[in-house]
Amino acid sequence: MKTVFEKPHSLSDVSTTYCPGCTHGIIHRLVAEVIDELGVEGKTIGVAPVGCSVTAYDFFNFDVQQAAHGRAPAVATGIKRVHPDNIVFTYQGDGDLAAIGTAETVHAAARSENITVIFVNNAIYGMTGGQMAPTSLVGQVTQTTPYGRKVENQGYPIRISEMLSQVEGAAYIERVSVDSIKNISNAKKAIKKAFECQINKEGFSLIEVLSTCPTNWGLEPEEALSWLRDNLMEHYPLGVYCDNRKEKGGCL
Amino acid sequence: MSERFLMKGNEALAEAAMRSGCRFFFGYPITPQTELAAYMAKQMPKNNGVFLQAESEVAAINMVYGAAGAGARVMTSSSSPGISLKSEGISYIAGADLPCVIVDIVRGGPGLGGIQPAQSDYFQATRGGGHGDYQILVYAPSSVQEIVTLTAKAFDKADEYRMPAMIMGDGMLGQMMEPVEFFDKRDESTLPEKPWATTGTGLKREKNIINSLYLKPEELENKVIARYKRYDKVKEKETMFEEYFTEDADVIIAAYGTVARIALSSVRLARQEGFKVGLIRPITLWPFPEKIFAKRSETAKQFMCVELSMGQMIEDVRLAVNGKCSVSFYGRTGGMVPNQEEILEAIKKLF
Repeated sequence: MKTVFEKPHSLSDVSTTYCPGCTHGIIHRLVAEVIDELGVEGKTIGVAPVGCSVTAYDFFNFDVQQAAHGRAPAVATGIKRVHPDNIVFTYQGDGDLAAIGTAETVHAAARSENITVIFVNNAIYGMTGGQMAPTSLVGQVTQTTPYGRKVENQGYPIRISEMLSQVEGAAYIERVSVDSIKNISNAKKAIKKAFECQINKEGFSLIEVLSTCPTNWGLEPEEALSWLRDNLMEHYPLGVYCDNRKEKGGCL
Repeated sequence: MSERFLMKGNEALAEAAMRSGCRFFFGYPITPQTELAAYMAKQMPKNNGVFLQAESEVAAINMVYGAAGAGARVMTSSSSPGISLKSEGISYIAGADLPCVIVDIVRGGPGLGGIQPAQSDYFQATRGGGHGDYQILVYAPSSVQEIVTLTAKAFDKADEYRMPAMIMGDGMLGQMMEPVEFFDKRDESTLPEKPWATTGTGLKREKNIINSLYLKPEELENKVIARYKRYDKVKEKETMFEEYFTEDADVIIAAYGTVARIALSSVRLARQEGFKVGLIRPITLWPFPEKIFAKRSETAKQFMCVELSMGQMIEDVRLAVNGKCSVSFYGRTGGMVPNQEEILEAIKKLF
């Protein structure tokens, strides 16, 4: 019988620890499919963050280093400098990347460190139980903004893809979403471009993936997908923000 | 006899690291370790190595984590306030059982403190500094030549025991010039194998994971206990010290690093005047040479700890002599350094 669908080899044969309806599992799968298709599993080294995906080293089937909170791009820099021909990527959430690890993110991009960053933005801290993230929307109710995020007190959400597209060292920056079949398919293409960018030694690439957190948003999985479309996507428009790969158009 | 060079301590340390097979250096500018990073910046590219000036001390130590986990001999250097910032990363490196070398050219504190020589970070170095149950090897050279031999040893022992090793000096040791001889550059093919490192599976082995997270308490406890068994072996085999005139001494001075050299001059002067005084110089601050202190406490009447601090190593000396002798203290702090006459006067007061 012909096999038409199977688990990517780059994913371990274990259950994930993610909540029902969370889209981390989809994003893991996309990353693993891309690594399989590019034939680079044997030379890939991942870096896991602090947050819900802290145990990503259990879910991927290749070498992984677990990093301190926010430090994944620095850890990836250390790995990549030692093994410049390996494929090195970080997998980070919004708290990890856009709050405590902002400096590491910006400077890895500025050095055009030849690594790939998978940035999962669900506008909330999931692991610790639903606190405000740097990407939480104005008015968004979280455990630490029980009356909604107010600009007078907590300021504005950070748009990482737009910000990093201003950094000269960034080679490829795209924001995608995994709320629909079409968008999942586009997300995979973007992730593949980012890894190809690294394989071709073209410098720093980051794919921001809009993701859901039904548990901490207090929504059913389907409602969460709608909330992502109606709110997150409004504030964080999808698209390519920077493409400095050879013979490409440059940053927007 | 091999060639002798006149070099600053900081530069000799950098040269010794490169000869030990270290091809990766990540750091952030801070006084008084400046010459070390400058030397690395100049020489690393010529040695097929990487010098990277990180955006922060925090980033630098995490680059060290990544490179160490990837199997490289790697080093960072800093000074007191920078080591405070690196402490998070050092805890993770210890928790993930990674080898690396960290240089701390100590300056006065707390806070921004000053930039003159100090030993006020003994606690930070020997009591962890970061969070959790862990230790790091701490070597305290007292001459530029000793910097060279201890740097080579630090890389070897870090690899052997899979733990961070620190070279702890002070601004005076880092900046002073002395004649020094080097060992030949290490042939990299003789460096220890690291089958646990993340190098890519090559689809030929099970995946390697570098990690310090254990959510099951029994698993974490077992990990920590296993690490402490390794520490017991380190204590047994790697403790280093020197002693002078201790066998018949009534008073024994305890001092390490630069100040031990000054104290030794004072001890010699006291001997010339007929005072029965000796000196123990710990070379490893962790593991602390507690056995020699315990042994000498059987025959000596009292100990005096001399430090460039308000008294930190004195706690280890007291624990080691375990109440058998009184232990007094003489120290200067904030970047002030006593001269030999000053320590001599302090010694005479004990008789």
